[in-house]
Amino acid sequence: MRLALLMVVGGMVSLGGDGQKPPAASAKPAAAGATEHLEVPPPPFTEGLFPCSGCHAGMTANRTRRTLKEMHDDIVLKHDEQHRWCLDCHDAADRDWLHLASGERVPFEESYRLCGQCHGEKLRDWRAGVHGRRTGSWSGTKKYLLCAHCHNPHQPRFHALAPKPAPVRPSRGARQ
Amino acid sequence: MSVEEQEGQVTRRMFTTGAAAGVATFIMTACGPKRLHEMPRERLRSAMREMEREYSARAGKGVTVSDTPALPGVEFAYALDISRCIGCRRCVYACVDENNQSRDPQVHWIRVLSMDKEKGVSFAESNPYYNPAEVPEEGKFYVPVACQQCRNAPCTKVCPTGATWTEPDGIVVIDYDWCIGCRYCMAACPYGARHFNWAEPVIPKDVVNGEMHVLGNRPRPKGVVEKCTFCIQRTRQGRYPACVEVCPVGARKFGNLLDKDSEIRYIIEHKRVLVLKEELHTVPRFFYFYAT
Repeated sequence: MRLALLMVVGGMVSLGGDGQKPPAASAKPAAAGATEHLEVPPPPFTEGLFPCSGCHAGMTANRTRRTLKEMHDDIVLKHDEQHRWCLDCHDAADRDWLHLASGERVPFEESYRLCGQCHGEKLRDWRAGVHGRRTGSWSGTKKYLLCAHCHNPHQPRFHALAPKPAPVRPSRGARQ
Repeated sequence: MSVEEQEGQVTRRMFTTGAAAGVATFIMTACGPKRLHEMPRERLRSAMREMEREYSARAGKGVTVSDTPALPGVEFAYALDISRCIGCRRCVYACVDENNQSRDPQVHWIRVLSMDKEKGVSFAESNPYYNPAEVPEEGKFYVPVACQQCRNAPCTKVCPTGATWTEPDGIVVIDYDWCIGCRYCMAACPYGARHFNWAEPVIPKDVVNGEMHVLGNRPRPKGVVEKCTFCIQRTRQGRYPACVEVCPVGARKFGNLLDKDSEIRYIIEHKRVLVLKEELHTVPRFFYFYAT
């Protein structure tokens, strides 16, 4: 049983390895099949930056860790930064894609697969609709958000919010 | 005529008087106002059309009042992730807008309690009036409390007029026309989830939600009790409650307890789940959980 499951998972990886989106759900196990029905809004790209290949297509990849000065200097990496750098997630060969640790390319629309490499239990909860906000219908089509809609991938900690006004205290008898 | 004869005999006059009284009683009870759940369909429909006319005139826009019944095979339940809630109160105000709560005097169906991480869930030391510049605050966690839609609801048992009851899908509802404002239910509720309209509710015309349910968010008069209905006007149409959709951290989960593939079942089966004041045996349909 376990062997069969491994083979199925292995098959998925090799199918996706050519950078195409995974095929239809029919050939996949139930848990992964659920991903096919996930309705997610477009990824939250910074205005005017995507496609990345617009600039990066003619450039050679510089893999050294450094302070970015000319571009993307607004990005502060606070996400296990000792062990990670841009090209650990962004694909060096084609910047319009992300890639998994296995080297498999993943589109930005499926970035949850990338996040799920480390945060597997969150991905599982998210698929079940328990992690993150869901809108739509409890009995029908549900809308999901990508991880990146709530967590900045470079600084994923959820940011603090200003609370809405506190309720008014009840007055005792006549107001003074 | 002897005394014995008089006692044993029913005179024509007594019979006629008794029969007339009986008929009058029957007519008065049969034709008088009915609770919404025992009204004949056509009568309820015409009452609803009347409500629509009244509310439309008052709001200055088209209002629809529905009486969508409970869906078969559905029992609603709610789950709230205490480990995620940041106490931003977005849910409180989304609820006010959705359910036509009075703006003045202020009625909030949801109350967010700020609690100390050191002390754990303690109502005695909780504070609903916290107001920092940013939430979450250091060392605090937040427990939003609204109607727990109890399976063993103490509030419905004490109502002297039968104005509040549990629907087949588990929603505890109030018939505002039968509520006499005695507030016994408020005294019986251990969660402070029921709210009384001490004065005529004020809802500005431009913020009235025109999509109403007869047992839910239709405008309430002064002197009646109201509370969370799991957004009955939305959820019986298959939609999520307003608070679920507005929560920026996705701490609020809602679904059908009888559907084994629902989020709610996943939470109950996989997470650490608790209910408030479990020892009172109210058996809430509102669960709190820790996803982490």
